Amino acid sequence: MSYTEEELKKELETKEYEYGFYTDIESETFPIGLNEKVVSAISKKKNEPEWMKTWRLEAYRAWLEMEEPDWANVNYEKPDFQAISYYSAPKNKNQYKSLDEVDPELLETFNKLGISINEQKKLTGVAMDIVVDSVSVATTFRDTLAKKGIIFCSISEAIRDYPDLVKKYIGSIVPARDNYYAALNSAVFSDGSFCYIPKGVKCPMELSTYFRINQAGTGQFERTLLIADEGSYVSYLEGCTAPSRDENQLHAAVVELIAHDNAEIKYSTVQNWFPGNKEGKGGVYNFVTKRGICYNNSKISWTQVETGSAITWKYPSCILKGDNSIGEFYSIAVTNNFQQADTGTKMIHIGKNTRSTIISKGISAGNSQNSYRGLVQVNSRAKNARNFSQCDSLLMGNKCGAHTFPYIEAKNNSAQIEHEATTSKIGEDQIFYCNQRGIETEKAIALIVNGFSKEVLNKLPMEFAVEAQKLLEISLEGSVG
Amino acid sequence: MLTIENLHAVVDGKLILNGIDLDVKAGEIHAIMGPNGSGKSTLSSVIAGNKVYEMTKGNILLNGENINELDAETRAHKGIFISFQYPVEIPGVSVTNFIKTAINASRKAQGLEDMPASEMLKKIRQKAALLDIDTKFLSRSLNEGFSGGEKKRNEIFQMAMLEPKLSILDETDSGLDIDALKIVANGVNRLRNKNNAVILITHYQRLLNYIIPDFVHVINEGKIVKSGTKDLAKELEAKGYDWIKKELN
Repeated sequence: MSYTEEELKKELETKEYEYGFYTDIESETFPIGLNEKVVSAISKKKNEPEWMKTWRLEAYRAWLEMEEPDWANVNYEKPDFQAISYYSAPKNKNQYKSLDEVDPELLETFNKLGISINEQKKLTGVAMDIVVDSVSVATTFRDTLAKKGIIFCSISEAIRDYPDLVKKYIGSIVPARDNYYAALNSAVFSDGSFCYIPKGVKCPMELSTYFRINQAGTGQFERTLLIADEGSYVSYLEGCTAPSRDENQLHAAVVELIAHDNAEIKYSTVQNWFPGNKEGKGGVYNFVTKRGICYNNSKISWTQVETGSAITWKYPSCILKGDNSIGEFYSIAVTNNFQQADTGTKMIHIGKNTRSTIISKGISAGNSQNSYRGLVQVNSRAKNARNFSQCDSLLMGNKCGAHTFPYIEAKNNSAQIEHEATTSKIGEDQIFYCNQRGIETEKAIALIVNGFSKEVLNKLPMEFAVEAQKLLEISLEGSVG
Repeated sequence: MLTIENLHAVVDGKLILNGIDLDVKAGEIHAIMGPNGSGKSTLSSVIAGNKVYEMTKGNILLNGENINELDAETRAHKGIFISFQYPVEIPGVSVTNFIKTAINASRKAQGLEDMPASEMLKKIRQKAALLDIDTKFLSRSLNEGFSGGEKKRNEIFQMAMLEPKLSILDETDSGLDIDALKIVANGVNRLRNKNNAVILITHYQRLLNYIIPDFVHVINEGKIVKSGTKDLAKELEAKGYDWIKKELN
């Protein structure tokens, strides 16, 4: 055929991380190591109230007694938690009123990423709370949002300015003791985003945050808390890219979503952490806990495009507590070279007439391993619960793996649960067919992968879908993108 | 338009084409017939530049240019089109999206901008009408769940859209009922002009009742063993391929 499997493999291997660069912004970094003093120091650095410090310390003590989980289908050298610095902030911590005040080198970084704040501001109307390393450096559109009573700020600011809200909700969905990484995050989280949508308010714009890891050897522990009060609506976008590194970087984020009665939250992620080089060296460890709770008639929809990280451990979940509530999970996970992903979702049906949909698309290339792990749990009082799950895997070459681990626990006999799964391979005949129509191989692969992922890409907000398609292309190919 | 000289091709160490000579001029229709396994489909694959087949000897010239070393997409950009016997499925990619991508890929190779959306849409509607294609069909995933007839009609639709110089129709009649065959043949006839050429690869004479060839070639064991006019096809239909084999012996 016009393009042999050997050539395909070679081409995939030569793909370099497009966003591999490093910004030399003056940073203030803590010495490495973790103990109660460090936890207290983080809290102090951020001028947190006493209750927050206590909460962190309790989480830290809980973490000490926990063990790093090893049930996921991933292999890696366990991080040395004493070799990590737990705080790194750009030295210039002023909040900027205009872009002119922002470090030009930082702006240059954004330009390289193609996410110039300027353009974003003007063209897309997206308000962004940009997090570089650990501290927010630029926030836009806050005034527009404030007029509607919407709070969108960094979690540090929220702890300072809206302590009652934070105190009420933080750790309510993902308790500090929930799991090893959540406990670690609770103890040392550096920054993150906070969002509150008041009753009956429909957020007039997509809320967006870009995260990046920027300081060598600094773990990043983001904390996101999003509350949609009764009858409100919000669409939240989160995207990230990270510079190349030789050493592994740990990323353990926690995201908590609360959808009150009749509220709807759409949470979209495009994740492109540094995946390591083609020998499997370096890359980000991404151990994330994301969970949302749905009260009566509410809806949470998770959409994720995962193309980066050396190791991904991530299960955005929905607790369908309220009657008639809806949980959705749409996922594309791409692994290439030596990447390993173990990702999926948990749908916990508690209320009556609750519904959940799971669409998972896994794409594996190179020597990578891509696992879907999902739980559909129907509790005894969840009458007429329904779930539909579809897990599709696409393989490229013959050295990668695709795995599916669906768990179903139904304790109510009125439940209707459907599970479909397919596995396919990009065929040389498909590529030749495209070649014969004048479509070159790289473009052909992009076309096939985009077609495979279409149901999920369609769920992303328009401006994000374009970026996601671009990421799919550069994740799998030599020079397309 | 197309000149093939002493073409030899091998797959998995097995010699499939054993010295093919063929000359196709603009405006002509050639039919290539032959028993199963004679090398008919291999010939179309080799002309298209499928690397599974190794060309061991000979030349392929397109409008005087030697294309031996060109890859498949470049050959396509130069105007070679294959209507495949077994078109592949590409789930999630609509017929429209696929043809749009193909057209713009060829335009890019020629240094042209993407075709404007309005022009594309107009062209799609026009060519769909030519082949009796429902516009709903165009938003379906490429070849996924298509009937045999739909697949072949979709191939001819792509041919109509791409306006190739040389079209090779590989067993386009197989899997078609008589109505679909008429529509496809009608389409091919209407797309025909003095600047393009068509090679029909077929096992049966049936298609040649609807698309009248200027020349008929019989291929056996990787070689063209007999050439003639459309009457040769009728003779073959009446006497069978064994007649040719016997005659050769």
